[in-house]
Amino acid sequence: MHIPPADPKILARRDRIVAALRAALPEGAVIDDPAETRAYECDALTAYRCPPMAVTLPSSTEEVSRIMRICHDEGVPVVPRGSGTSLAGGALPTADSVVIGVSRLNKVLETDLDNRFIRVEAGRTNLSITKAVEAEGFFYAPDPSSQLACAIAGNIGMNSGGAHCLKYGVTTNNLLGVRMVLADGTIVELGGPMMDAPGLDLLGVVCGSEGQLGIVTEATLRILPRPEGARPVLVGFSSNEVAGACVADIIKAGILPVAIEFMDRPCIRATEAFAHAGYPDCEALLIVEVEGSPDEIDHQIGLIRQIATLHDPVEFREARSEEEAARIWLGRKSAFGAVGQINDYICLDGTIPVSELPRVLAGIRRLAEHYELEVANVFHAGDGNMHPLILFNANEPGELAKAEAMGADILRLCVEVGGCLTGEHGVGVEKRDLMDAQFTPADLEAQMRVKDVFDPKWILNPAKVFPLEASASHRRAAA
Amino acid sequence: MASGNTIENGALAPEDEAALAELLASADGPLRIAGGGTRPIGRPVRGRVLTTRRLSGVSLYEPGALTLVVGAGTPLAEVEALLAAEGQRLPFEPMDHRGLLGTTGEPTIGGVAAANVSGPRRVRAGACRDFLLGVRFVDGTGTVVRSGGRVMKNVTGYDLVRLMAGSFGTLGVLTEVAFKVLPAPELAATLAFEGLDLREAVLLMTRALASPWEVSGAAHVPGADGTFRTLLRLEGFADSVHYRAGRLAERLSGFGAPETDTEPASVAATWREVRDVGPFHEREGDVWRISVKGTDAPEVAERFPEASFMFDWGGGLVWALVPPGTELRARLDGIPGHATLVRADATTRERIAPFPPEPAAVATLSEGLRRKFDPRGILNPGLMT
Repeated sequence: MHIPPADPKILARRDRIVAALRAALPEGAVIDDPAETRAYECDALTAYRCPPMAVTLPSSTEEVSRIMRICHDEGVPVVPRGSGTSLAGGALPTADSVVIGVSRLNKVLETDLDNRFIRVEAGRTNLSITKAVEAEGFFYAPDPSSQLACAIAGNIGMNSGGAHCLKYGVTTNNLLGVRMVLADGTIVELGGPMMDAPGLDLLGVVCGSEGQLGIVTEATLRILPRPEGARPVLVGFSSNEVAGACVADIIKAGILPVAIEFMDRPCIRATEAFAHAGYPDCEALLIVEVEGSPDEIDHQIGLIRQIATLHDPVEFREARSEEEAARIWLGRKSAFGAVGQINDYICLDGTIPVSELPRVLAGIRRLAEHYELEVANVFHAGDGNMHPLILFNANEPGELAKAEAMGADILRLCVEVGGCLTGEHGVGVEKRDLMDAQFTPADLEAQMRVKDVFDPKWILNPAKVFPLEASASHRRAAA
Repeated sequence: MASGNTIENGALAPEDEAALAELLASADGPLRIAGGGTRPIGRPVRGRVLTTRRLSGVSLYEPGALTLVVGAGTPLAEVEALLAAEGQRLPFEPMDHRGLLGTTGEPTIGGVAAANVSGPRRVRAGACRDFLLGVRFVDGTGTVVRSGGRVMKNVTGYDLVRLMAGSFGTLGVLTEVAFKVLPAPELAATLAFEGLDLREAVLLMTRALASPWEVSGAAHVPGADGTFRTLLRLEGFADSVHYRAGRLAERLSGFGAPETDTEPASVAATWREVRDVGPFHEREGDVWRISVKGTDAPEVAERFPEASFMFDWGGGLVWALVPPGTELRARLDGIPGHATLVRADATTRERIAPFPPEPAAVATLSEGLRRKFDPRGILNPGLMT
């Protein structure tokens, strides 16, 4: 993967730029000591690293605005950073860039239970939003698996999802408004606590724009009343195909579970060895979670049992207590860690139409044989968001490249069957060079026009999302 | 005239996307983009009418995947019938504007997307834009663009899907739209409370919407005699609806005992009336749509003693019927929110901006986007300004 080399003209002005940032910000908000900037050299895509020229840690929107103005005037690339949990390299710096980390922007600004929203600074972590309102019986729905650490700013940048979005949607469906700083330092408000916003849906295009359109400093989020209860069932099947068919039948029956999670045999084996959740030894299993009062849950589980029975399950396990529910989720929640114990792995994030599940799983199997690599499949089956884990040995020369090549082939397969490259992780640098598998030059051009409007000098996260050849003319025109 | 671009009743009616692209590439004047022409909202646009009516038909419908892909010109009624046959529906309950605006014709699914039209279920399920999975459109230069797709979760590239939803044809002409659909419920119930004043009604709706019982509609609506009823809707499996109706009535007992209706036709009629702003049909005056925090609805009403009102979304959506030519916006000062002039004669819509004026920095972004997608200014020019 290619990252444009650092601009020597910017590096030559390093001292001046850092001094300007120091003058504009309080003590301790600018880091340029290489020993310290190293902590910001990568995000959760650790295969790629590069320390930035400087890191800034602003404590207010106004400070972000001052930083942006300086970087805009100096033509310095800016890399926005939430908590650095991106799996796509969204927060990967370049050597000539200034990182704006929003971790100090972490206050709750307003909680309005009557109108069911909360307004927070964007560096606040995802889980802490729910924590702030759960005593009153509310929660914030999107729940990416990094929710303990990840920042709302990053959730907005990547339009993050989670296991529960089948029922509650992803970030964009739960984001009501933002305060953000544009590339030239201008502060704008988009949306607000109302249920709709006037004019063009700029908020909609900002969400998921991977830090390329502005720096979000505050967010107004929809919070929801917590359901009375929730309970999972676990169903084991003798083949992936049958499990896939069962998913479609559950959805067709009018049940809307909060989550339908899928694991295949390699994944089940790995998690059993690691977490001992007591999963059945079978080809595929589903974890289906439903919500409501105890009676409502019983009714839905009864329907799911009826449907599953038609697909000859090898096991149907219903949680009858909190503890049993936790055991059902245990394996799924430790799946990534379990696989990580036995191997290095790449986690993919393609989405496919649910009906294509059997075909894609068979395709992945063929690719695994071709590349002589193992794949463990774990994913959100209800919405077709797959997370194939490609296992490889990082100490073996050439293995990473082989695993990446196979990953690219799997994602191309996702696109081929009507799906997409990324369902919730974002493009970043990881999928950047695959974008033309999904989009025509005209499609990409239309997206880049949006960036031209928000960031005419292309200083915000410039070397990401769009293949470098495709963005070259825009970046040149901006320089 | 390019082949594939026939004329229907004086309107340009391209028969496919390629013909539309050719037409837009060679257009030499402003165009009024229409689906069925049932929602003439915004500044009056001068120009030749271009309708998407012939870009019609279902490309894909997979009930098991909750996915529908259709031509933008497909009549909404056709889409709804198709879904109903499989026990599914468009969850966002798009309003039919014909009764309110006095228009005729067939609303199209593309028009619904272009105007981001949602109904009472917005409070629970989300808006039209939340269910739009993908679009194809032709921009003002005649270039075909795709964004999104047909899958539920998709963060690949910028979300032009949401940008197109509610852009009223000013950035491009939609040719195809993909929606996430949902199962229709086994049962729906209306709980109706009588005799509450607006403050009480808003309090009731606020409490109901903050409950765990998944209220999918909360409105305060005048009847024929002018007295208001406060309505809550519950949907789902029959046992569950009955259970939740009981729990809600219990929690809200301080507001009186509700009348519960589970007769399908009458529940549907009640919420159609809310959705389509029935109380203002065939009544003289301009109609404004005011979006505020639900709890601010009483404050809005107090500022306009001369107006008639209807309240949806737990108070968050206020429909106001005012004397023709009333400039309502200035009098909302200090209440966070925005107001759109939905119905007024053309002269009024020339004088008063139908869409809320944007702050300068935001207007610069919107204007910049329009210039990029429609550099010659031929797509519904000025409609949203």
